[in-house]
Amino acid sequence: MAPPAQSQRSASPSQPSGKGEVSDLKSQLRQLAGSRSPGVDDSKRDLFKKVISYMTIGIDVSSLFGEMVMCSATSDIVLKKMCYLYVGNYAKVNPDLALLTINFLQRDCKDDDPMIRGLALRSLCSLRVANLVEYLVGPLGSGLKDNNSYVRTVAVMGVLKLYHISASTCIDADFPAMLKHLMLNDPDTQVVANCLSALQEIWGSEASTSEEASRERETLLSKPLVYYLLNRIKEFSEWAQCLVLELAAKYVPSDGSEIFDIMNLLEDRLQHANGAVVLATIKVFLQLTLSMADVHQQVYERIKAPLLTLVSSGSPEQSYAVLSHLHLLVMRAPFIFSSDYKHFYCQYNEPSYVKKLKLEMLTAVANESNTYEIGLQAKMLSWENLDSVVVGDLVSVTELCEYAANVDIPIARESIRAVGKIALQQYDVNAIVDRLLQFLEMEKDYVTAEALVLVKDLLRKYPQWSQDCIAVVGNISSKNIQEPKGKAALIWMLGEYSQDMHDAPYILESLIENWDEEDSAEVGDLISYVKGRSYEKFDRYTGLNVLVRLHLLTAVMKCFFKRPPETQKTLGAALAAGLADFHQDVHDRALFYYRLLQYNISVAERVVNPPKQAVSVFADTQSSEIKDRIFDEFNSLSVVYEKPSYMFTDKEHRGPFEFSDELGNLSMGAESTGTVVPAQRVEANDKDLLLGTSEKEDSRGPSTNGSAYSAPAYDTSSVSASSQMLSELVISNSTVPAHASQSSLAIDDLLGLGLPVATATAPAPSPPSLKLNSKAVLDPSTFQQKWRQLPVSLSQEYSISPQGVAALTVPQSLLRHMQGHSIHCIASGGQSPNFKFFFFAQKAEASSAFLVECVLNTSSAKAQIKIKADDQSASEAFSALFQSALSEFSVP
Amino acid sequence: MISQFFVLSQRGDNIVFRDYRGEVQKGSAEIFFRKVKFWKEDGQEEAPPVFNLDGVNYFHVKVVGLLFVATTRINVSPSLVLELLQRIARVIKDYLGVLNEDSLRKNFVLVYELLDEVIDFGYVQTTSTEMLKSYIFNEPIVVDAARLQSLGPAGIFMQGSKRMPGTAVTKSVVATEPGGRTREEIFVDIIEKISLTFSSSGYILTSEIDGTIQMKSYLTGNPEIRLALNDDLSIGRGGSSIYGYRSSSESGAVVLDDCNFHESVRLDSFDTEKTLSLVPPDGEFTVMNYRMTQEFKPPFRMNTLIEEAGSLKAEVIIKIRAEFSSSITANTIMVMMPLPKYTIRYCSNCLYHLIR
Repeated sequence: MAPPAQSQRSASPSQPSGKGEVSDLKSQLRQLAGSRSPGVDDSKRDLFKKVISYMTIGIDVSSLFGEMVMCSATSDIVLKKMCYLYVGNYAKVNPDLALLTINFLQRDCKDDDPMIRGLALRSLCSLRVANLVEYLVGPLGSGLKDNNSYVRTVAVMGVLKLYHISASTCIDADFPAMLKHLMLNDPDTQVVANCLSALQEIWGSEASTSEEASRERETLLSKPLVYYLLNRIKEFSEWAQCLVLELAAKYVPSDGSEIFDIMNLLEDRLQHANGAVVLATIKVFLQLTLSMADVHQQVYERIKAPLLTLVSSGSPEQSYAVLSHLHLLVMRAPFIFSSDYKHFYCQYNEPSYVKKLKLEMLTAVANESNTYEIGLQAKMLSWENLDSVVVGDLVSVTELCEYAANVDIPIARESIRAVGKIALQQYDVNAIVDRLLQFLEMEKDYVTAEALVLVKDLLRKYPQWSQDCIAVVGNISSKNIQEPKGKAALIWMLGEYSQDMHDAPYILESLIENWDEEDSAEVGDLISYVKGRSYEKFDRYTGLNVLVRLHLLTAVMKCFFKRPPETQKTLGAALAAGLADFHQDVHDRALFYYRLLQYNISVAERVVNPPKQAVSVFADTQSSEIKDRIFDEFNSLSVVYEKPSYMFTDKEHRGPFEFSDELGNLSMGAESTGTVVPAQRVEANDKDLLLGTSEKEDSRGPSTNGSAYSAPAYDTSSVSASSQMLSELVISNSTVPAHASQSSLAIDDLLGLGLPVATATAPAPSPPSLKLNSKAVLDPSTFQQKWRQLPVSLSQEYSISPQGVAALTVPQSLLRHMQGHSIHCIASGGQSPNFKFFFFAQKAEASSAFLVECVLNTSSAKAQIKIKADDQSASEAFSALFQSALSEFSVP
Repeated sequence: MISQFFVLSQRGDNIVFRDYRGEVQKGSAEIFFRKVKFWKEDGQEEAPPVFNLDGVNYFHVKVVGLLFVATTRINVSPSLVLELLQRIARVIKDYLGVLNEDSLRKNFVLVYELLDEVIDFGYVQTTSTEMLKSYIFNEPIVVDAARLQSLGPAGIFMQGSKRMPGTAVTKSVVATEPGGRTREEIFVDIIEKISLTFSSSGYILTSEIDGTIQMKSYLTGNPEIRLALNDDLSIGRGGSSIYGYRSSSESGAVVLDDCNFHESVRLDSFDTEKTLSLVPPDGEFTVMNYRMTQEFKPPFRMNTLIEEAGSLKAEVIIKIRAEFSSSITANTIMVMMPLPKYTIRYCSNCLYHLIR
């Protein structure tokens, strides 16, 4: 069988124009379709290859559909595969012709070779044609029961595909139940893993409409299932392991010993060469130990080495992903990497995205060194060394960048900013100020500009450094600074410290004289940028030039009040130039100053030159709520983007298990339990809300923690609890589940799965007069808004029963308890002895909401309650309700 | 779970394009390429490996100049997808013997076959070269390895790549030898990347070794293999600061800061005998990665001197001294010195001294 001559070139086609070639192929395929001569398969292979290569480069070959199908009657498996690929790609646009393929695909589904069966089934399900779903149910059903595991894995995925084509067909055929059965019984781990993925997706999206599905979804997090999968984890492929670990990270263990069992079981996963497995394991460890601060601390120590190994062993792309996670961790616990800062030194051949992250790491690590209080003197010394080393290194980075100036200017800028950030967050800024001042003396345009901006910020925060800074800044000629940002910073300093800078008025004067230059520079830029067609940048550029002129006006005003005789003339010139300016803002500001001066000079002085307070925190730092959300979404894109997922995904494309996403926009009552789980885990470190992380971790004595996980008294299988709360029925006669099975690693009993495990205990008394909506919904932003707007309608202090205090060792239990009373938690945090919760509730018949801030102190056994309500009159009744709910809270 | 997978050439052509879920628009490859190509106007920054554009997350890794890309709308684990892309590239290399644009274009049907089995509806099924063997029916069209530009050991220092692209072995795992016989071969590479920073006075500021043991097995019948490491090897530094004072030279022991292993590696006798036992799967894989910051004797020492020789001229003297015995030869030594972009001209003088 000699291959045809054209086969040599067939695989690497030059870009064909399309039409002619396609019709050529069409006739050739026709000729072959009926042929039974020997060697026809080889010719077909070549033609098919051509078709597929056209398809790949984006040429529409859908017109060949009929011919392709006709040629598909073959026993050659390579041909079959190519044909399946083609059909899968074009069936959607050719639904009528797709019907032609059903026949041979169905026949292949019954082939003796399991390989053919699997392939055919996969292709059949990949057609994505809605009116063909009736042909899928039969083959899928038998595929799920096939004795070959390959066919079963394909069939499980097929069910998921069917669900996406027609959800109702999939549900009606009872496929989810079959998948669940397979998941628990199939010997092949890939089948099990596929079932898990499929069920997560199916129940995840059904949960919003079907109560049963949402209950089923909860059972995926039940103890028996999680243990069953974890016990077999080593049999799974590395990718399936990630899936199981992701599931385990959502699991809420009932007590401390369970946590340790799981961690011991997974310990060796941290040594896996696949970074995805390691990160997924780390997520499990971090999530499990959130309520146990000292163990959490140990986890940080334990995960450090594997993470650093991942950074250095993988491709730069993988390092990037891991470094993003390290950055997140270091923000939460800066001290963990403080001795490993050298790992974050940049190597010159690293891509810029890695360098950038490493610089951020250095910044973050250095931040903590002085603010974090360490008792030991020795450590203190090492901190101080650290500063100089880090700063020294950053300087060497900049020096390096000077040489590689063409590539690394952005990195150089970043590193100067990094030095500045370090300076802004530390108390002892002496060395760093020196360093910045040295930057200024380097007389590099971009270095000077960045450094000036930083010196300005530094002075706003530490005015006491003005003497040293001014001495250097005063020597800088404004002519040397090209970048508007830097120029504006310099002008600000000239105005602010004109009393200390001898020739400030004269520098300003010369700047005013060149007022028009600012314009002409602009025109020049305009021309160059319009030529470059980069309008966006142009806008930014002019904006900054305007910034310079605005700053100039203000600076001259300030200078005038400090040194009137020297500045008077300059001020006049500045105002005149400002009034003549074509830019509206500049004109208006000049006019405003002019009239202000006319009206009353002392008022003007108070407006322009008020005494300033040092800035303690700059506003651009991220809110702690956002940070916590990102931490909850550890090992996901949220960490890389530094945004919670609701900011970058559409609702329908959330991951199957990303409950936390919905916190942003709660809509389903059924989902509210899910959202509360991560919310409880929030360990906010906003000072106002809670204690700072560093303080927490520092002040943590063993005493408070010992109890956190050695409290066996608390025994609620939280999953069953939450699944219970999911069903609204339960809320009226809330029963506390007593799922008594104690943790042990080898749980084989899966009988409990899916069965309701609640054994009744005392039903809660039904609430008095006021009825609350059990499915109340409020999204956090609305909550915040309301909290700001509404006055406090009631403020009270209750005392908590000793049982309540005991139960509070696991704060989550309170949230569950309160939810049982239709009072939902929206945020919580704190560490023993102080806990803070924000609750909300809604009236059953009206949308009127109650907002509660509840501060619990376990050592004094007191609860301070602040209630805000839409309907003030009902707040008394609600307070009573809240109090009664709280008083019932105790160890279940 | 991912939505699409595609491989783009350096010029942005689709070499392979597979849509698994139909959730992302068809033109994504073009959108992606344009974004990466023009990430920053000044061209001074590379696009990060992960970014989001209109709700679509794009992941990419660069392998031998090709862009391996995955897209998804879901918030997935970035390391999982990036690892997967890297692994797909490796599996393809196992089957094609040589991974480059030419071999991919010639074998794209085989690659589609692989992609069908590696991922189903966006979920990873397997990336094991061995398991995939039974599903693959295309014969690879072998590309002449000689046409592959030789990276040489200096390839390590190429921008962005930390590792050499595996061994020099360019044999497909499925191709049979001309005589129909298969040779019983196994290749074990130990690749170490040593990073050192010297102060201007020649004092070592930082030192680190990142190493990896890679294996490529063509053994039939999958026999068990035992790999013995140094007897005096130990892992971890007992929680103390790894930059703490500890004179390792006294004990002579090799202390790894940390390491990780391929899942086929069994560590039963690691603690006592420092032996790894494994049944090597087909294809290329990493047996072990390790990392070391212990003080060690650097293979080279370096001294630099910069002198201003006039207002527009500088003289740089770099002294590199090999610290190993003269019986060992270093094959390819490359010295790179970045220069400012306003450098007009340079001239270099190399002086070699053989020191006995």
